[in-house]
Amino acid sequence: MHLHKYEKIWLIFGIMALIIFLSVVGVSAFHQGHTPSGGHKKIDPEKVSETAPFDQPGVHEKEDGTYEVVMVGKAFGYDPGKIQVPAGKEIMFTVTSSDVVHSFSIVGTNVNMMVVPGEINHKKHTFQEPGTYLVICNEYCGSGHHFMSTEIEVVEQ
Amino acid sequence: MIGQIAKGERKLALANLGFAYAAFLIGTLCGLLQVFIRNDALTLPGWLDYYQVLTAHGLLLAIVFTTFFIFAFFQAGMSRTLGSFGPKVLLWNWIGFIVTSLGTLLVVIMVIGGQASVLYTFYAPLQAHGLFYVGLALFVIGTWIQGFALVGHYQLWRKQHKGELSPLFAFMTVATIILWVIACLGVVAAVLFQFIPWAFGMVDGINVELSRSLFWYFGHPLVYFWLLPAYMAWYVIVPKILGTKVFSDSLARLSFVLFILFSIPVGFHHQLTEPGIASFWKFLQTVLTFMVIIPSLMTAFSMFATFELRGRELGGKGLFGWFRKLPWKDVRFTSIFIAMAFFIPGGAGGIINASFQMNEVIHNTLWVVGHFHITVGTPVAMTFFGLTFWLIPYLTGRRFTKALQKLAFIQIISWSVGMLLMSTAQHVLGLMGAPRRTAYTGYAHDDALAWFDGVLSNHVTMAVGGSILFLSASLLIFIVIQLWWMAPKADVHQAESFPIAPSDASATPRFLENWKLWIGIAFVLIAVAYTIPLADLIQHAPPGSGRFQTW
Repeated sequence: MHLHKYEKIWLIFGIMALIIFLSVVGVSAFHQGHTPSGGHKKIDPEKVSETAPFDQPGVHEKEDGTYEVVMVGKAFGYDPGKIQVPAGKEIMFTVTSSDVVHSFSIVGTNVNMMVVPGEINHKKHTFQEPGTYLVICNEYCGSGHHFMSTEIEVVEQ
Repeated sequence: MIGQIAKGERKLALANLGFAYAAFLIGTLCGLLQVFIRNDALTLPGWLDYYQVLTAHGLLLAIVFTTFFIFAFFQAGMSRTLGSFGPKVLLWNWIGFIVTSLGTLLVVIMVIGGQASVLYTFYAPLQAHGLFYVGLALFVIGTWIQGFALVGHYQLWRKQHKGELSPLFAFMTVATIILWVIACLGVVAAVLFQFIPWAFGMVDGINVELSRSLFWYFGHPLVYFWLLPAYMAWYVIVPKILGTKVFSDSLARLSFVLFILFSIPVGFHHQLTEPGIASFWKFLQTVLTFMVIIPSLMTAFSMFATFELRGRELGGKGLFGWFRKLPWKDVRFTSIFIAMAFFIPGGAGGIINASFQMNEVIHNTLWVVGHFHITVGTPVAMTFFGLTFWLIPYLTGRRFTKALQKLAFIQIISWSVGMLLMSTAQHVLGLMGAPRRTAYTGYAHDDALAWFDGVLSNHVTMAVGGSILFLSASLLIFIVIQLWWMAPKADVHQAESFPIAPSDASATPRFLENWKLWIGIAFVLIAVAYTIPLADLIQHAPPGSGRFQTW
């Protein structure tokens, strides 16, 4: 198959660019731990409120000084509603849904998690700045989808 | 008339085109309503809901308009390049068209009846009326029947032309149909084995994450099913309009083969922020997603090589002199050139979306909406407009008059301006965190109030763009009606032609047309990318989700 010389240059340039992009993304993900949210644990979507850790939703401080926020999405809100967390501490968000698919997305951060019934999703985040953060559902969940939001109060410790 | 196809195929292609443009009219009207509702400038009557309108907009434009248009283009082009359809091929195409149309009507009735406000992704466990899923299944089956009928026509041609490579248009049509059939397997499996039994109450639970994964196994190659017919126009039609030949027959065929291989095992890049799929598999499919950029780079090269070579032939001097020599006054060319130009930022945005953790920044924000409006909404749609301008008069035997050509220029320019405003606003708002798929977004928070501030970062800008787009769409409908019924009949000398550029296949390797080879490799890649994660989702399935109607 005949390739024009300029086309060879163009394709080599393009493929090299793609390799560089992928390397940056891959190193950042697997070496520095910046993977998108995910999780393997399953849960019975009809028994969310009886299953740990969702039997006690809310903010929990752990022994190593980090925090876990356990949150349930349901049409059209979050349980618990408003929460307060400290700035500068690592927080593990643990979410699931007791009905349809939602999201747990904190505006202005990289926390943007799908909330899928039957699955438990995790994401680590550290708030650097205190303030009030807006949480929204950005996956369509029904007629009240655009009302599904809450706030997180990040306070100085 | 020379180059005119038989009456049977003309009627068939016109039937598909008529359905496509009816869907286009209603779909764009829905879009207009949406931008007003999102600004709190319009309240819908009680019997109509924002999410119903949004479901109709997505389905009618992304699925119905595109698919019906694509089949019209294929049917006309296959008849043009391979010769008239036999009675069997014609009959099966009609049967396929009728089944596709019935499926569409069933879906539309369910959406209008408020039984299926589940958006075009119909994510479980939102449960639409069972007939909605039956309609989807019929739609896919209908497209398969039309697709197989076209492949049958192609096989007949190959039998009569042993040892020859097929014409480029036919090759690309077959490649696109192969891609479509393999892609649909995922959504067909989900609809037949998961959604229909569950929606009709035969089983009580549905495996949500599995259904999402099967949907996106289909959902990404779906976008290539839209894009490849546009690429066909770029490779085969545009050079003819320029008065030249296809830049490289073998590279054109190779790029389509690469699309069959790499556009399917990549669906996880739509699910990067979801639980249930290990990071390794998400990343593997990210790598495969990047592979599918290569045939697009090849296409970009071929296009600009064609432009420059032809521009220089026409006397263009210096580094960029060729650019001015291109036939800018020919709206059949200019429309498609603008379509290509939109695909540059569109494709770049796509690379960002697929870039693993970077996806978190934009996932399900308005950015994504901006992205698909400058991919399917302009590069694909405006290429289809550019084809419409000659395809309809070609089929109806009318003339694309000077006056209509002027209107066509206004139409494509207004579409470009509207889309530029709307999609830029959507991209910027998405970066600021504004969500997609929401009715009026009146969140009482400073971050959300900022979405109504600023020049480009404003829902109002989006609405202005959307309104211009609707005007442009109305103008297009006017042009379509003129070309169909009103424009003067063409005599032999003025008749529109179906432009097919000559393509020199003498040096093209034969193995490029060995479909068994490519389908085999495609399935190997799919098996590598999907077997383990899908088996994992099935083996470690949580108790199924019930039926929810939250609208």
